[in-house]
Amino acid sequence: MKARQKRIALIAGGLASLAVAAALALNALDSNIALYVTPSEVAAGKSPQGKAFRIGGLVKEGSIKRDNMTVHFVITDTAKDIPVTYTGILPDLFRDGKGAVVQGKLGDKGVFAATEVLAKHDENYMPPEAKHAIDQAQKKP
Amino acid sequence: MRQSIIHWFRFASPQSFYPLAGRLIPWFWAAAALFAIAGLWISFFVAPTDAQQGEGYRIIFVHVPASWMSMFIYMVMAFWAGLGLALNTRVSAMMAQALAPTGALMAALSLWTGALWGKPMWGAWWVWDARLTSELILLFLFLGFMALQAAIDDPRRADKAGAILALVGVVNIPIIYFSVKWWNTLHQGSTINLNKAPSMAQTMLWGMLLMALAFWMYSIAIALVRVRAIILERERHTEWVKHAVE
Repeated sequence: MKARQKRIALIAGGLASLAVAAALALNALDSNIALYVTPSEVAAGKSPQGKAFRIGGLVKEGSIKRDNMTVHFVITDTAKDIPVTYTGILPDLFRDGKGAVVQGKLGDKGVFAATEVLAKHDENYMPPEAKHAIDQAQKKP
Repeated sequence: MRQSIIHWFRFASPQSFYPLAGRLIPWFWAAAALFAIAGLWISFFVAPTDAQQGEGYRIIFVHVPASWMSMFIYMVMAFWAGLGLALNTRVSAMMAQALAPTGALMAALSLWTGALWGKPMWGAWWVWDARLTSELILLFLFLGFMALQAAIDDPRRADKAGAILALVGVVNIPIIYFSVKWWNTLHQGSTINLNKAPSMAQTMLWGMLLMALAFWMYSIAIALVRVRAIILERERHTEWVKHAVE
């Protein structure tokens, strides 16, 4: 083998082993990289105990109740529900039926006391007319 | 050796690449300007308001092209660096060096516009989610590459060290790209996918693609300007450079 071919082989081999190492590391880190857990995971007891964490899901339709600066709502993944309380300013995109990520601690009665509420929007971009048309079409059975 | 191969390697020499780059630069500047004018026009005046996010979504026309370019430039930079490492071609290493600052600029722009977008929509400037964190790592990779090259005096050794760093960092690119698929993130999934139609209105898509082309042409133009400066600096001891700068 010429020096150049040897060098190329060495680089290719190095990169391949690096890729394997990275894949293994990421696989091991899997649950730690996730920004939030789902309500179902909380119900199954997979959430961190006694410390702050984040729950992500949808704001259950019609569950938002305001009481001065405190907001009560339910976060759901359609399978399990978690009631949440939060005092503070909500982001603009925090809406009924839309995605949200809440950070805080789980209280004794299963109520999640949030210290931060983030809105999660989807990857679809469309003009209001198109949105309206889709909403209309979905209402029809 | 076949004729075409000889011809190809001709531009691996700084002396013949220097004038070629000089001839190409004005074309890329012109293309960048044209695409930017068309892209900005569509972004501001043609693309409709978004149903969810209102007018605020329009930052996407800078945010997404900048993010794409930051990843793409990294791949190109790593390609040139790897080629230089494997074949010992001088211009390859200079290309990698010339691309790094533009890549860093794109990554910074992506993070900055992302923060500006995140505050009103999500309610936070920054979250440590996988997409945002891996893009931040990309910025550090660019900066690290530049710092490493600047720290070593002998250019040949600097090229080699930089190339290894650049190649190792390639691991991060698929992580950025697939982060929104692999893990729970606050960042939404990708709008443009290879296996399905883009989930965005047609005119919005055109605005984004034209802006991406503008960013792309700009990146090529500025990288060629920079590589010419690097060639002059590194080849200053040669006869042709003495003639060229006179």
